[in-house]
Amino acid sequence: MLQLARRPELGAIGGLFVVTIFFAATADASMFTAAGVMNVLSPAAQLGILAVGAGLLMVAGEFDLSIGSMVAFAGLVFAATLVVWGAPLPIAILLTFAFAISAGMLNAQIVLKTGLPSFIVTLASLFILRGLTLVGLKWATEGSTQLRGVREAVGDSWMLELFSGDAFAGLFAPGIPVEVLWFVAVAALGAFVLARTRFGNWTLAAGGDANAARNSGVPVADVKAILFVATACCAALVAILTVLDAGSTDARRGFQKEFEAIIAAVIGGCLLTGGFGSIVGAFFGSIIFGMVVIGLTYTDIDQDWYQVFLGGMLMMAVLFNNYVRKQATGERS
Amino acid sequence: MSNIPLLEARDVARNFGSVVSLSGVSLKLFSGEVHCLLGDNGAGKSTLIKILSGVHRPSRGELLVDGEPVSFASPRDALDRGIATVFQDLAMIPLMSVMRNFFLGREPIRRLGPVSLFDSKYAERVTRDEMEKMGIRIRDPHQAVGTLSGGERQCIAIARAVHFGARVLILDEPTSALGVTQTELVLKCIKEVRSRGLGVIFITHNVRHALAVGDRFTVLDRGRTLECRTRDDIGLDELQDLMSGGRLPATA
Repeated sequence: MLQLARRPELGAIGGLFVVTIFFAATADASMFTAAGVMNVLSPAAQLGILAVGAGLLMVAGEFDLSIGSMVAFAGLVFAATLVVWGAPLPIAILLTFAFAISAGMLNAQIVLKTGLPSFIVTLASLFILRGLTLVGLKWATEGSTQLRGVREAVGDSWMLELFSGDAFAGLFAPGIPVEVLWFVAVAALGAFVLARTRFGNWTLAAGGDANAARNSGVPVADVKAILFVATACCAALVAILTVLDAGSTDARRGFQKEFEAIIAAVIGGCLLTGGFGSIVGAFFGSIIFGMVVIGLTYTDIDQDWYQVFLGGMLMMAVLFNNYVRKQATGERS
Repeated sequence: MSNIPLLEARDVARNFGSVVSLSGVSLKLFSGEVHCLLGDNGAGKSTLIKILSGVHRPSRGELLVDGEPVSFASPRDALDRGIATVFQDLAMIPLMSVMRNFFLGREPIRRLGPVSLFDSKYAERVTRDEMEKMGIRIRDPHQAVGTLSGGERQCIAIARAVHFGARVLILDEPTSALGVTQTELVLKCIKEVRSRGLGVIFITHNVRHALAVGDRFTVLDRGRTLECRTRDDIGLDELQDLMSGGRLPATA
């Protein structure tokens, strides 16, 4: 039991094991070929990059419900800079991140200055950003809700390879989609920061007991603000990757991703109450998610079952996490 | 034992608006001594320790550290002079490990090229050593503080303050919520700290706890010093009488 409390990601790894066995038994064998695995990892990566940010923020005791809308609005900023203003790719990327940093900062300042729950503040941002995306898209396209022509606008840029296409295609057949590499890199960075740095210690403390942390000299507000910004930057990264991949952006980009990211983080062992969680867990939680979404298409099972699966898994994860938390705090039930 | 007190309060008073919560208290704390601060609720114990620990400033009177007058602008100033206070909430986070709590806000850093790492090997070793010196065997420095008993948590907070250079330790009712065995453990920690030459101010409601470790006893009543006695000079009954707001028997 002590081991469990120290390793919150064990639940997610166990879950991944169960899901893999399930699909090994029910799915077509092609799911477990290199191409099939990449099919699973692509949506897992898009979600996982968000889940790393959302997970760290949850550990620090805050939510960001606006990340899905942030993906949409960042996607609009990115595509409009390229298509409408004809700016080069590096400038568009820079602008997109600059927007994300300010939006994250704004969320953070409202939450931290007013002391209101981040849940409600970022719920407002969710609607504001989604609405602004729609309005902005219509303005940029003169009435449409889809902005096309991103690939043509980018043309050839040395930066393109970093954000789109497949890497190592020469080494083996399908190559690895760059988003998967970004996912691994972002998750590794997040996991490292949480487990091995002073900032990670402060993150755990800020979510565990903000007051006690403050009394011990932890700059709680700064820690939370940095994590709000980091989460927004994760959303911007996903926006850039997916817009380049699709060659266009639309009003539904990132729709409901905030919930999926939180679900992945919870499956990964993050507590909704903060102070406890794992980025390695969120990493595996995202892969479970991708597996369920894509895996069902390899089976005879109706795809619409996926939400049932997901809800069931979330339920199990929450019950499990709650049990682990009680063990860790010595709370008797 | 030197004759200059580590920490001294001279006729310290404090009022909040027109409410007088401390109307002139003097207290001397010597190295290697446990000074018990007793008194009923509202006697001014909290106000006094908040002044000693730099949370409040006195309206009148002065504080001396090593015989020099000082003025604390914040708890940080008091800490810099070696005065550490362990408040009742302990500033500990139940979900975090003992080792992470021990170094919270003062994390040891190991450099690896441009990256700085939380030096968990060092933290682990120091936590284990410091707890062992207090007579507590930590099964595992990675276990969550929440799994430890109340007494053990107090001792971690005490060990932490000592490790980070406290010379004066102010303990705010460390035994108030504890059972018998747990109280023993905390009293043992206090004795250990004293034997290392620190001065301890031990705030308590409980006369027995005070007599078990105290060298000097100050009883506060309604913002004033009611009595200040040394160990040889006072008994259980007498102290109990003073605590309940009574006067000393006629013999005094």
